[in-house]
Amino acid sequence: MLISLVLVLIMLAGIIVITVYKGAPAFTLSMLIETPKGGYYLGKEGGIANAIVGSLFLAIGASFCSILIAIPVAFGLQKEYTGWRFASFTKLVLDVLWGTPSIVYGAFGFVIMVYFGLRASLLGGIIVLTLLMLPIMVRSMEEVIRTIPLELKEISYALGTTRIETTIAVVLRQALPGIVTAVLLAFGRGIGDAASILFTAGYTDYIPQSLFDPVASLPLAVFFQIGTPIPEVQERAYASALVLLLIVLFVSVVSRLLSHKFSKNIVR
Amino acid sequence: MPHISLKNLSIAYGEHKVLQDVTVDIPDSQITVIIGPSGCGKTTLLKSLNRLLDLNEDVKVTGDVLIDGVNTYDGNADILALRKKMGFLSQRPYPLPMSIYDNIAFGPRVHRVSRERIIQQINDLEGRVVDIPSGKNSQMDVLVESYLRLAGLWDEVKGRLHTPASRLSIGQQQRLALARALAVEPEAILADEPTSALDPLSAQLIEKQFKFLKKNYTIVVVTHILRQARRIADYVIFLYLGELVEHGPAEKIFGNPSDERTKAYISGEIS
Repeated sequence: MLISLVLVLIMLAGIIVITVYKGAPAFTLSMLIETPKGGYYLGKEGGIANAIVGSLFLAIGASFCSILIAIPVAFGLQKEYTGWRFASFTKLVLDVLWGTPSIVYGAFGFVIMVYFGLRASLLGGIIVLTLLMLPIMVRSMEEVIRTIPLELKEISYALGTTRIETTIAVVLRQALPGIVTAVLLAFGRGIGDAASILFTAGYTDYIPQSLFDPVASLPLAVFFQIGTPIPEVQERAYASALVLLLIVLFVSVVSRLLSHKFSKNIVR
Repeated sequence: MPHISLKNLSIAYGEHKVLQDVTVDIPDSQITVIIGPSGCGKTTLLKSLNRLLDLNEDVKVTGDVLIDGVNTYDGNADILALRKKMGFLSQRPYPLPMSIYDNIAFGPRVHRVSRERIIQQINDLEGRVVDIPSGKNSQMDVLVESYLRLAGLWDEVKGRLHTPASRLSIGQQQRLALARALAVEPEAILADEPTSALDPLSAQLIEKQFKFLKKNYTIVVVTHILRQARRIADYVIFLYLGELVEHGPAEKIFGNPSDERTKAYISGEIS
């Protein structure tokens, strides 16, 4: 057990050390706040603000859509609402979707967009990322909700509440810390995914002005920059990866704090 | 006519019969204690009274549970109204995931009780016209205070009403549960081994509260602690392996039981 733990820590440390070591020289303020200027990909001036903003737009938009869909679905899968046959079938489908490679989502999204005559855009990216995040959110939320003690629900029902009242006023509150964790898990997967948005969100040097503009993203920024032969640009790829890591770290910390705040009311 | 009366009640989980042909009237304004060995159907009997059994899968109920003359297992029965009439205390007192104040206000808020009705409720409870200060929600503040006093918890929590209820000790949580149940104006209190998770002092407080409340409420307590039954019971129902063996006033059951099995249980030969 100790060996596995050490192994995990070494891998994590390795990722961070390499990203910081290789990316630090390129990690400047102008990189964070400027969009690419002419010749940026040849090592000239500019930054990756387009990708930072793009990734945040994509991940936050998709998280928001996923939460709206996932919470009702996660509650609907409980035995108060659904028979176990349908629930376990749905869970099986979600597990398969969870394991589906994201490039498949990208290809699927692309086909749909072509059918509707849409081009690669922020909206397209958000939709595909939502599909990618949904199974993760629903399954994690559903697990959390299922572990809520029957006694707590009994107490609420005994006060003469309806199923919906108990679900919203008691069960949802009790599950809130777990729901936050589920959102974090899905957010992390969503913001780091490159393949699904490759075709659907496109890439651009500009910050999108509407839902129908193409949008850049950090994973693709890493991908494009690391593939060049120019050392300065490769450095920037590592710096972009560092930004991505920092965003995920920030969201993790915030969600931990939120989760802790919501846990205060809960007796396990 | 008593509030609660059972006629030929049988309950089974799937093929497993838990209660068979139970017929008994539960006396009003007294503490009725259901005793019997573990797994003899005590909790099942209690939960049939407010239809919490519905939450279990595959439960079959035959016979009648009459609450104020209405058969609650009739298809048209209003389950929500029934459950409001029956306050419930569980074995482990889970506080709702909110503050102490909100735990008490939960019932009246969910049932959207009007300000006027709440003021009426307070007056009925206190037996006098209570001065309600003006201001939004002031009636709820008074209501919360009244029920916390009734449950004997007010002095311990008055300075921290808006802190999470989960921070209370488990004994305080059970009295909070009592106050929360009373706030929806039940006619009866159903308690499922309410002191089994509590320390002796907290248990004593709950027992004291029951004795105080019985003049206004019909109280039904499930317990496997015989000494507790002796301390609080006015009326006793003895169940053994799903069968109602004997029921009657506490003096009769504890002093001079007629059935051999009751004698054996009371004397501690079986447990």
